[in-house]
Amino acid sequence: MDILIATLVVGVIGLVLGVALVATGRKFRVETDPREAEIRELLPGNNCGACGYAGCDAVAAAIAKGEAPANACPVCSSGKAEQIAAVRGVAAQAAERHVAFVRCGGDCEKTSVTAQYAGVADCRAAALAGLNPWACAHGCLGFGSCVEACQYDAIHVVDGVAVVDDSKCVGCGLCAAACPKHLIELIPAGKTAAVRCSSPDKGTEVRKLCSAGCIGCGICAKQCPDEAVTLDGTLARVDNTKCAGCGKCAEKCPTHAMVLTK
Amino acid sequence: MFKKTFTGGVHPPDGKALARDLPFRACPPGEELIFPLNQHIGKPARPVVQKGDHVLAGQLIAEAEGFVSANIASSVSGTVKAVENRRNVFGVPALSIVIENDGQDTPAPGVGARVDPAELTKEEILAAIQKAGVVGMGGAGFPTHVKLAPKNPEAIEFVLVNGAECEPYITCDDRLMRNFSEEITGGLELMLALFPNARGVVVIEENKPEAIAAMTDACAGKDRMRVHAVQTKYPQGGERSVISVVTGRHIKLGMLPADAGCVVENVSTVRAIYRAVCHSEPLTERPFTVSGDGVASPCNLLVKTGTPFLKVLEAAEGFPEGASPEKLICGGPMMGIALSSLETGVCKNNNALTVFLRDPVALAEEQQTACLRCGRCNQVCPLGLTPQMMAAAVERKDFDRFEKKLYGMECIACGSCTYICPAKRPLMQLFKQAKAEVAAAKRKGATA
Repeated sequence: MDILIATLVVGVIGLVLGVALVATGRKFRVETDPREAEIRELLPGNNCGACGYAGCDAVAAAIAKGEAPANACPVCSSGKAEQIAAVRGVAAQAAERHVAFVRCGGDCEKTSVTAQYAGVADCRAAALAGLNPWACAHGCLGFGSCVEACQYDAIHVVDGVAVVDDSKCVGCGLCAAACPKHLIELIPAGKTAAVRCSSPDKGTEVRKLCSAGCIGCGICAKQCPDEAVTLDGTLARVDNTKCAGCGKCAEKCPTHAMVLTK
Repeated sequence: MFKKTFTGGVHPPDGKALARDLPFRACPPGEELIFPLNQHIGKPARPVVQKGDHVLAGQLIAEAEGFVSANIASSVSGTVKAVENRRNVFGVPALSIVIENDGQDTPAPGVGARVDPAELTKEEILAAIQKAGVVGMGGAGFPTHVKLAPKNPEAIEFVLVNGAECEPYITCDDRLMRNFSEEITGGLELMLALFPNARGVVVIEENKPEAIAAMTDACAGKDRMRVHAVQTKYPQGGERSVISVVTGRHIKLGMLPADAGCVVENVSTVRAIYRAVCHSEPLTERPFTVSGDGVASPCNLLVKTGTPFLKVLEAAEGFPEGASPEKLICGGPMMGIALSSLETGVCKNNNALTVFLRDPVALAEEQQTACLRCGRCNQVCPLGLTPQMMAAAVERKDFDRFEKKLYGMECIACGSCTYICPAKRPLMQLFKQAKAEVAAAKRKGATA
C-alpha cells in the first residue's frame, strides 16, 4: 500500500512541475532567428576571434542581425561565405582569400647573429628589452610569438625566421597582431609579388647586414608593366590591387628580396 | 619620520670596492658623438641644426618640443655630420644628431658666465634649468624643470636629494658627493628657494661614510638642510623608498611624489642644476662609472654626453687581457639595460657601464625551474606587490588581472624579486613586457 502512495505523490509532483515548466516556457519564449543556427553551422566553430567578435556564436548572431557582413569570418572560404550570404538572403560580396606574408627573409644564412639573448623566449618580451640578437634591427626575431598565436599550425620558425604555410593559412591575421616588429601583412592568395624585407635603412647599410634585404635599387619598379611596385624611401612596396603576378620584378631583383608567391 | 630603512628589499653583493676610491678622470670623447633626440621622458626634442652646420661646445642643437621635453646641447665643438636614425641603448633606431668633434672645444658664447643666485627670481631659476636641458640623471630622465614646477609649490615640505646610490658597482654619485659637495648644497639651495616651506634632506646609504662626512660638512650651518644616513639595502635609491624613509609617507596608487609633499632629485641632477643656474652651463657632462670584472681598470669618469660607449670603455683600458666578456650593461646589474652594440652615445641619464665576464642571465636561464611558490619575491618587493602571482598572470597573458587585480603597473622594475628567486625565473622581464602591453592596449583604446 505504502508504495502506491509514494508513487502517487511523486507522480502528482511530476505532473504539476511539468505543467509549470510548459507554462513558463510558453510565456517567456524568446524569438530566435532560425538563420542564426544555420549560419553557425557554416562557420568553422573554433572560436579563434579573428573576426573581432567573442566567438563563432557571437559573429553568427551579428551576421543574422545584419550587423556584420556575410563575409565577416576571415577564416571561411569564399564558398562558405556565399552559402552564408544565401542564408541571409543577400548577394555574396566578393571575398578574396588572404594569406599571411612575413616581410623578412633574413634567416641564419642570409644575416648574422651579433648578440646573445638570454631571457623570456618571446618576441614581444625580447623586443621590449631592446635585445635584438640579429644584425638587422628591423628583422624577424625568430622567437615565435606568431607561431604561438596561430591556431591553424600555418606559421613556423625555420632557420630563425617565420615562414607561412600558404596551404594551411586562413588569413585570420592573429600572427600579424602578435608580431612586435609588425613584419606580417595579409596579401591576396595566389600569384602576386611581395617584398620579403622591411628595413627602411639605406641600401649600403642593408647590404652590410643581410644578403636578402631590399636595397632600394628600384629595378623592380622599372620592370613592372602595371605600375604596381613603388619605392617608399629605400624599400620597395607592392600594391596588390594592381599586381597581376607576372613575376618580372622578382626575376630581376638582385637580392631576391622581391618574391612571387604561388 | 627619518627611519633607517623601508620594507622589503635585498642585499646584492655591491662590488663598489672596485671603483669607490678612484677620483674622477676626464674621458676623451673621440671623433664622433651621437645625441639621440629622445634621451628624456616626454616628446623627443626637435633638431635646430642641419647637416654641415658648425656647432660650438654648449650650443643648443635640439629644442624641447612641448612642455614635457628637454633641450639638448652639443658637448663639443665641431660639425654636424648627420641627422639620422642611429641605434640607441635599447637597440632601437632613434633619430639622432651626429657631430664630428674638431677637438677645439670652443665654447659657445655665454656658456660659463657666472651668475649670482641671490639676484634671481624663481622664474629665472626655472628658466635657466629649462634652457640647460637638465633632466633626472638617476636613470628616468624626467625633465627637471617640470618636476620643480608642481601645481602648489607651498605644499612641498621636503626636497630630497637622492644620494643613496643603491645600485651595485656604481660609485659615481659617491665620488660626486665627496668631491663636489659644495656644488650639491648650492643646487639644493636653489631648489629650496623655489619651495618656501620645504626642508632639504640628503639621503645617503651607510656604506658611503666619506660621502656622508663631506655632505654633513657642506650642510653645516645651513638650518634648512641636513643629511640622513640610511641602512644599506637595495632599492633604497628608488623614489618611493627615499620618500618612505624620510617622511614615513607612502606613495599610493596614482599619486606623484608632489602629492606627498616631496620632490626627489638625484645628486647628479642637483649638481647639474647648480652648474646650469650659477655657471650658465648646459647639461653636457655627467659623472659615470665603468666597472665590473670584465673591465681592465674600473674607474669613475666625467663623460661628455654623446660620447660613444666604446670610447668610455677605452678610457677604462678596455677588457682585461685575453678575456672576452659576455655581458655589457648600460647602468648597473640590477636595473641596467644589456647593450648589443657599443656604438651608441652616452645619454644624460646613463650613469654606468658594467661589464661581466659571464652573463648572469644566461647562467640563470640554465638553472631555471618552475616556480616553487616559496613567496620570497613577495617578501622582498619594496612596493608590497605579489610578483609570483603577477608572473603567473603574465605567462598566461592575462594582462587585465596583472593590471587591475594585482596592481602590476605599480612595479618599479627594481629586480629585487628576480634577484631573490631561487627558481631563477625572469620575473622583471615579464613585468616589463606586461607593463608595455597594458600601456599599448590603453593607447590603442584611446585612439579607437
